[in-house]
Amino acid sequence: MTPEVPDDVTAADLAAYCLMLGDDALVLSHRLAQWCSRAPDLEEDVALANLALDLLGQARVLLARAAEVDPAVVPELPAGSPAPPEDRLAYFRDAAEFRNLRLVELENGDFAETVARVLLVATLRLAVLDRLATSTDEVLAAVAASGRRELAYHRDWAARWVRTLALGTEESHRRLHAGLERLWPWYAEAWRPHETERRLAATGVAVDPATVAPEVGAVLDDVLAGTGLVRPELGEPPGPGGREGRHTADLARLLEEMQSVARAHPLGRW
Amino acid sequence: MDDQRDRAEAVARTVTDPELPMLTLADLGVLREVRVEKGRVLVTLTPTYTGCPATAMMQEDLASRLGAAGFPEVEVRISWAPPWSTDLITAHGRATLARHGISPPGPASAAAGPVPLSLGGTRRYARCPRCASDHVGVVSEFGPTACTALYRCEDCGEPFEHMKEV
Repeated sequence: MTPEVPDDVTAADLAAYCLMLGDDALVLSHRLAQWCSRAPDLEEDVALANLALDLLGQARVLLARAAEVDPAVVPELPAGSPAPPEDRLAYFRDAAEFRNLRLVELENGDFAETVARVLLVATLRLAVLDRLATSTDEVLAAVAASGRRELAYHRDWAARWVRTLALGTEESHRRLHAGLERLWPWYAEAWRPHETERRLAATGVAVDPATVAPEVGAVLDDVLAGTGLVRPELGEPPGPGGREGRHTADLARLLEEMQSVARAHPLGRW
Repeated sequence: MDDQRDRAEAVARTVTDPELPMLTLADLGVLREVRVEKGRVLVTLTPTYTGCPATAMMQEDLASRLGAAGFPEVEVRISWAPPWSTDLITAHGRATLARHGISPPGPASAAAGPVPLSLGGTRRYARCPRCASDHVGVVSEFGPTACTALYRCEDCGEPFEHMKEV
């Protein structure tokens, strides 16, 4: 029994929104998974893998929901392919069809930049999911209620590392500063709601990210307090970005790696 | 009909967790509901974490165990609402965890509204499963499974896993 699409929202809008949140999780999950066996120490290798797994789980539920409410978004595969709809979305869409923020697709950089990115994304995502837990869409509300507990761990892990590096040695401070400087311009994309988000937020299904900017800013200020690092105002970007399907070359390279096996064997059973 | 349902539920309650095989899905609070409709068994599970990799195996185990007990038609559904919480682990489940060297979770905090930033690490109810000391230190917030954190006992020196309150 599929949970109904709420009244006064279109299936296309709901699916698009699920893809936005789902792709954010899927792409960042893959980036974090790229640290596997390469992290500075064993505990952080395990931590990053755990973060990636949490995000992958969220992505799967969200992509499955998108496919359920609007089957038209799912890429067609040869007859007989056992790939479930969420797998088809993950492995057979091209870059221009992805709806993630560009912030999550950028190459990892060093460990400092990685923890900085997790801090930025997890703080934003946690604030959104906190409010999404009362969404009028049953599935989004449920994913949000489960996901926000996971994201609280992600955010706090990243916050501890950001402070540790910022207040550590000259080198760790320099690297963290450099990482944040590379990331701040990409964060702007998060604060301009896509028209789908706006429409859905008005009906209580989605969350307008602009509404969580003050809370996110306050958390980041807390994390950076006393480190000598400052954050810019959380403002809007000049032009279209990831939500509109405009992506960097980094995403194309990521998808080439992530999708290569599935695309080579569309009839494969995994 | 009720008889069938009771039988099916009794079987479902014996299925163990693939990752923590000393616990049943019922002990863990993951098994939510068992119904029988026109001879078809409908089981509802709520996984612990969204990324729980054991979910597919749980579904297979349930179908296979129920099949062997005379219920060939089984559907196992995943429901995410209400979300799983460690509070759903039974007292028996907690005692079993401790006996097997995993520190069981304390009460989960009722998270209503924004979760406050916790820079000092999460305070937990971890206790050494070997010597029962509460002089314990966190080694890593993330352990070998999604639900545990790694600790070390400062009294007996042994490391152990603690199931995170959620």
